[in-house]
Amino acid sequence: MNYKYFPHTPSDLQTMFDKIGVKSLEELYAEVPDSIRFKGDYELPEAMSEIEVRRIFSTLGSRNKQLTCFAGAGVYDHYTPAVVNEIVRRSEFLTSYTPYQAEISQGTLHYIFEYQSMMTELTGMDISNASLYDGSTSTAEAVLMAVAASKKCKTVLVSSTVDPKILDVVRTYAHFQDIEIKMIDAVDGATDKADLERKIAEGGIAGVLVQQPNYYGVVEDYEGYADIAHANKALLIMNSVAADLAVLKTPGEWGADIAVGDGQSLGISMAFGGPYVGYMCCREKLIRKMPGRIVGMTCDNRGQRAFVLTLQAREQHIRRQKATSNICSNESLMALFVTVYMSLMGKQGLREAAELSYAGAHYMYDKLIGTGKFTPAYNRPFFNEFCVKYNGNTDALQERLINEGFFGGIKVADNTIMFAVTEKRTKEEIDRLVSLI
Amino acid sequence: MNNKLYGNLIFELSKEGRRGYSLPANRFGNYPVPKELQRKEEAGLPECDELTVVRHYTNHSSNNFGVNNGFYPLGSCTMKYNPAIDEEMSAMPEFSNLHPLQPHHTVAGAEDVCNLLSESLKAITGMEAFTLKPYAGAHGELTGLMIIKAYHESRGDMKRTKVIVPDSAHGTNPASAAVCGLSVVEVKSRADGTVDVDDLRSILDETVAAMMMTNPNTLGLFEKSIPEIAELVHSHGALMYYDGANLNPMLGACRPGDMGFDVMHINLHKTFATPHGGGGPGAGPVGVRKGLEQFFPTVSPYQGNFAVAMRAYAYILSLGKENIKMVGPLATLNANYIKESLKDVYELPIDGLCKHEFVFNGLKDKSTGVTTMDVAKRLLDYGYHAPTIYFPLLFHESLMIEPAENESKETMDGFIEVMRRIAEEAKTEPDTVKNAPHNTPIGRVDDVLAAKHPIVTYRQMCNNKQEQ
Repeated sequence: MNYKYFPHTPSDLQTMFDKIGVKSLEELYAEVPDSIRFKGDYELPEAMSEIEVRRIFSTLGSRNKQLTCFAGAGVYDHYTPAVVNEIVRRSEFLTSYTPYQAEISQGTLHYIFEYQSMMTELTGMDISNASLYDGSTSTAEAVLMAVAASKKCKTVLVSSTVDPKILDVVRTYAHFQDIEIKMIDAVDGATDKADLERKIAEGGIAGVLVQQPNYYGVVEDYEGYADIAHANKALLIMNSVAADLAVLKTPGEWGADIAVGDGQSLGISMAFGGPYVGYMCCREKLIRKMPGRIVGMTCDNRGQRAFVLTLQAREQHIRRQKATSNICSNESLMALFVTVYMSLMGKQGLREAAELSYAGAHYMYDKLIGTGKFTPAYNRPFFNEFCVKYNGNTDALQERLINEGFFGGIKVADNTIMFAVTEKRTKEEIDRLVSLI
Repeated sequence: MNNKLYGNLIFELSKEGRRGYSLPANRFGNYPVPKELQRKEEAGLPECDELTVVRHYTNHSSNNFGVNNGFYPLGSCTMKYNPAIDEEMSAMPEFSNLHPLQPHHTVAGAEDVCNLLSESLKAITGMEAFTLKPYAGAHGELTGLMIIKAYHESRGDMKRTKVIVPDSAHGTNPASAAVCGLSVVEVKSRADGTVDVDDLRSILDETVAAMMMTNPNTLGLFEKSIPEIAELVHSHGALMYYDGANLNPMLGACRPGDMGFDVMHINLHKTFATPHGGGGPGAGPVGVRKGLEQFFPTVSPYQGNFAVAMRAYAYILSLGKENIKMVGPLATLNANYIKESLKDVYELPIDGLCKHEFVFNGLKDKSTGVTTMDVAKRLLDYGYHAPTIYFPLLFHESLMIEPAENESKETMDGFIEVMRRIAEEAKTEPDTVKNAPHNTPIGRVDDVLAAKHPIVTYRQMCNNKQEQ
């Protein structure tokens, strides 16, 4: 064939044709009706050498602007230690399939067990699945899970402080299952507890969804929310930025029943939106309601400890149309990514990186307010992301910052900008950005 | 591998005070996190030095088996070679450093990649528009069914609540329908393994939203009645959904758009060679015929798994139009070669030409008591990944074999020889096969124990030990 990915020589082809009893490749498709045979040429470029492929991507890459990132809104520019990429690139991990054959997949099963263990430690929950696609779909799955668990109720209350991008995905899933989404009002950038109490008292609520820190960066006070939800037979679902949980009060401590979110903040590169990893943790009593794969401990016939995909009776390939989720994979390699990340950072490093991000954000906040051109958007505590109001032309400011090499935050309202700071940002970068205002 | 040292969990290697990271000093000043915002209990994460972490995961990787290790004839999974150049391109910092919410004019190159990939997929499938948002095959199915449901509803046609699925379909098809709020009706297969058109005709009515099919189907057989099926389904006002799970053998042979499909997904991690990564991330772009793109739903916030799309585009560029059309025929050639070389010792329930994969119903000689599970486990001893087993559900001892187009005759001859040897062993030393594997890091695992008393975290493991 004369192509690097096709090993067939003319004599190979002939031997194989003879074995099968055909004379040509064409004949292998004899049963395909002529009317639907594709006989033309694909409208694609001709084959390229590696050198040419590289050249194309390098040209495309040069059309992107490399910016110093002061934006978040769910995607954060945290640092990835060199070891993480080195491990994740190992082809024994990279090129393997789902670990159905446990005897030759202990590598994958082992790290997923570690991943589940670490995520439950981080969130303060009992159980974790092997991961889902991302933070938005894991939140949508949690909403479906709450409705399935309640059996009767098909309405979920969602705080207005939840990321609108997550809300869009939740609404998409909910729409097709006739699940009603009702919004809880916000006051000064935080969920209105009184409004929650009012709306939940109306009855028929399967779950309550809140976010911590919320979309606007505010660290909310969710004291009493779990009691309110549980008194009304609803589950409390909390979406959190994974990295922040190294320091912040956990979903478990707030009394949440399901903790979900994106693991991207645990060192995964921003990569224009993916792949990331969605985490989902829950209380032990909900384990058989949880979607997605789960790895459990067992032993083998030689008496050794071993790990294996378990509780598969919940999954689509067994339940088919009775399934409450169609998930048939996990974001395994990205779970490996965050597992290696957390192994390196450990309890101390994860905390230090979060505290450094916190300090940088608060330093920047003080500097911006100090210019006299910004005012606080909310009078609330924040972590490493915050909203401020600008008393000039926001679009012009952001464009100017881009020209100077900064992605200067996300515009969340007419003159409100949301900035995020991670441990990668330096004092010099912040000072320079502020000097441009 | 030293199992005593390297068979541990990372938690078991932890020692208080060790660290595996370095961070810059805080130069921002004193900004402590207020106590009332902080967690009370510290996260029980491991504390390890860098080399310990490196050795731990490097050694665990050697307990894994990937395409780069050896032959992986896993039916329905299309375990093709994942080219190294694709990995390198997807990791380019010019792309991997991009925040997904950066303004358009700062991400022109990334948007070009998305558009160029979409254009390529259109050319290959005969579809009119693509969305890259779905993260995986199952996510693509769900997205596609959402599009179909929204299409019917837009015409005020609210009574279409059913999806027809062949009885040989993958479990995600009915599950995706259910998650989309649709009910499932199964259509029977004929004795030749393809859809029973008469049964389909009897099921079709005005409550059917769509028919979901793979072609070739899960038995690896081409549904040659497809033009008739598409016409029949369309004549009842329903749409045709193409599950792209088996698109690989269609490259160079047939386009879903030309077969009469209206909506489809592609598994980039199968047909377009992006790595399976131990179960993900994949990508499941969805293509539609003209007019349906207005119904693309928001199933994810950005452009799906962009770095996976990068790899797929690099793969398409490398192969080019002349090699892409060889993919299907060579995959099909390989599958037929293995089938013909083994059908005298393994039971081939449906004879004839297959496409990229085929299904044996276990060993031909059933008297030995050796099952498909045993054959699969014995293959591991010989250094091969097992085929897909006990799927599809049409046969009791399904053994589904799919060799990708990258596999050489020598690789397949080696596999054929081992499969024949196992068939021989089943007669001469059945216990060796029934107790396999013997040469793997662990033996057969106790699935029942795992499910009966689920221990899914290290903390549970420790608590469990204390209780005992």
